[in-house]
Amino acid sequence: MSDERETREIRTDYLARVEGEGAMLVRVRGDEVEEVQFKIFEPPRFFEALLRGRQFTEAPDITARICGICPIAYIASSCNAMEAVCGIELPEQGRLLRRLIYCGEWIESHVLHTAMLHAPDFLGYDGAVEMARDRRDIVETALRLKKAGNELMRVVGGREVHPINLRVGGVYRAPSRAELRALVPELEWAREASLAFTRWVAGFDFPDFEQDYVFVALRQPGEYAIERGRIVTSTGLDIAVSEYEQHFTETHVARSNALHSTLAGVGNYLVGPLARYALNYPELSPLAREIAAEVGLGEVCRNPFRSIVVRAVETVYAADEALRIIAEYEPPDPPGVEAVPRAGTGHGCSEAPRGICWHRYEIDDAGTILDAKIVPPTSQNQKTIEEDLVGVVKQSLHLPDDELAHRCEQTIRNYDPCISCATHFLRLEVERT
Amino acid sequence: MTAGAKPKLAVWKFSSCDGCQLSLLDCEDELLAIADALEIAYFPEATSAEVEGPYDISLVEGSVTTPHDVERIHEIREQSGLLVTIGACATSGGIQALRNFADVKEWIPIVYASPEFITTLETSTPIADHVKVDLELRGCPVSKAQLVETVLAFLHGRRPNLASTSVCFECKARGTTCVMVAHGTPCLGPVTHGGCNAICPAYNRGCYGCFGPMETPNMPALAEQWKALGVDDDGIVRALRTFNANAEEFREASLKHE
Repeated sequence: MSDERETREIRTDYLARVEGEGAMLVRVRGDEVEEVQFKIFEPPRFFEALLRGRQFTEAPDITARICGICPIAYIASSCNAMEAVCGIELPEQGRLLRRLIYCGEWIESHVLHTAMLHAPDFLGYDGAVEMARDRRDIVETALRLKKAGNELMRVVGGREVHPINLRVGGVYRAPSRAELRALVPELEWAREASLAFTRWVAGFDFPDFEQDYVFVALRQPGEYAIERGRIVTSTGLDIAVSEYEQHFTETHVARSNALHSTLAGVGNYLVGPLARYALNYPELSPLAREIAAEVGLGEVCRNPFRSIVVRAVETVYAADEALRIIAEYEPPDPPGVEAVPRAGTGHGCSEAPRGICWHRYEIDDAGTILDAKIVPPTSQNQKTIEEDLVGVVKQSLHLPDDELAHRCEQTIRNYDPCISCATHFLRLEVERT
Repeated sequence: MTAGAKPKLAVWKFSSCDGCQLSLLDCEDELLAIADALEIAYFPEATSAEVEGPYDISLVEGSVTTPHDVERIHEIREQSGLLVTIGACATSGGIQALRNFADVKEWIPIVYASPEFITTLETSTPIADHVKVDLELRGCPVSKAQLVETVLAFLHGRRPNLASTSVCFECKARGTTCVMVAHGTPCLGPVTHGGCNAICPAYNRGCYGCFGPMETPNMPALAEQWKALGVDDDGIVRALRTFNANAEEFREASLKHE
């Protein structure tokens, strides 16, 4: 190329196939990536402010409304925090029921993302409906798989979006053994179908791209952590959920006008399927480990484009784990433990499909919420998403603008970003073009 | 619509959690049939494809909370044949309408360290406050059955068959014991619009009003019953101020008990 350095601007004003309203801007000068922004223009809804003055028992139903795709994550994390501040422990059967419905959310959310939003990127379709014109069998199977997860949500929680049956201390009504046993045939089908699905997505053509991520996830000995655990990192940190703020901070990065989460002494980090898989691989069920080995995933995956394969393996695990829980299920009696409020601060965390969802609440003796802080997964990943974009653009400069834009969008969709979640605390730069 | 062409469907998002548009994707048994009968012309959560308007039917999720939203909803109205609002945010303002009872300027610094970046209106308002709405589907989230019924009715050129009674009717229809009478559990069922099939009482909890007020609800009678069950004014106000806090009957009643 001559001395004249060409400036290219790749811009997507409204990202499709993500949850919420986001945009992307990439500016390239010659072969240098000058600027990369993954922006959020979802309007703020002020959850942390509107929670003040509410009763501690109301936090699960209210925070569920942060996200219609992963309401259980918000319900579970807020329940964990409130149970901690009240000093109650969820009895084992109650905990398993929470874990069971969470398995349903993982299946529903992972299949929605992998099959309907992300797979079309690899196969050159605009979306699942367009894909169904050529591959109706695949889309029909995906819809049935998603429905298996949603049925778990409906039977345990009362409905698929914003389930009503979970509360601080347990549930309102424990489903009977017969109600859960009726789900078994479809979940057994789902386990088989998700194995086949994993083989299918593993055969996609993945860009050759790896990053040296710092992984952050929950860890709970004896199980693949979902609804509880300690926070661990690939740099060796192992802390209680209540110690999160001593190690993780949100810093203001002027360039993007967003709050970025950073880990002290490390910088940006990654939460979600790749992190969970790398940190907790030995805790996966034998079946999930077998399929991972069969499709050549290894014990750590650093290629974000292959996160679709890790989500598929986690779908196998979620179906497998749901079947295990149902086989041993005894309805908790009573269905819920009475939580008596006492003044203090409680912390809760759980593994949303997109990564750790961390909550802190301060309440008084009457149970009134005085202060709330919620850190959703997508905002923790935002800086890492931008770093991936820089890397991907550098590697893909030879592509024409439209293909480069598509590759960038695909890079963002690797994270299944949930912008509805992230926005309520991100600082916004509203730019309309 | 052109003769022979499929009617065009658009799905729009305002301030919301995405749960109501997700409910459309959750119609696993019907989704592909809907896609066969309609052209999904604009639905960014599901597809990158965009077909230009006008649209025969627009589903609108979310409430109006920014100056830009106000402009956008007028543009959408102009491009839409039938405009249907889906869910509590679009029909009443949603949980984010709690700001309507507070001073949003005091709220911004609680959440955001640099308030100057925040562009927001002082209120969260339903779509019908800004443009003519042809049909409103209630619920937080909307009911899948009602969503499918609405699309079917549109395709057949008839009026959708939607519940207009209270949640109480649905409890009776499914044979659920009344949680308020039998268990003394405070329940918003008597004043709440049906459509959910009375899920909460079937799970031993009181209705929390996520479908908003029914037509001409008897709010004083409900408050009297709740007080008899030991709920104080603050408890009544909080119960009425959740996902439909800005719906007229709930708002008025909550102000009386403040």
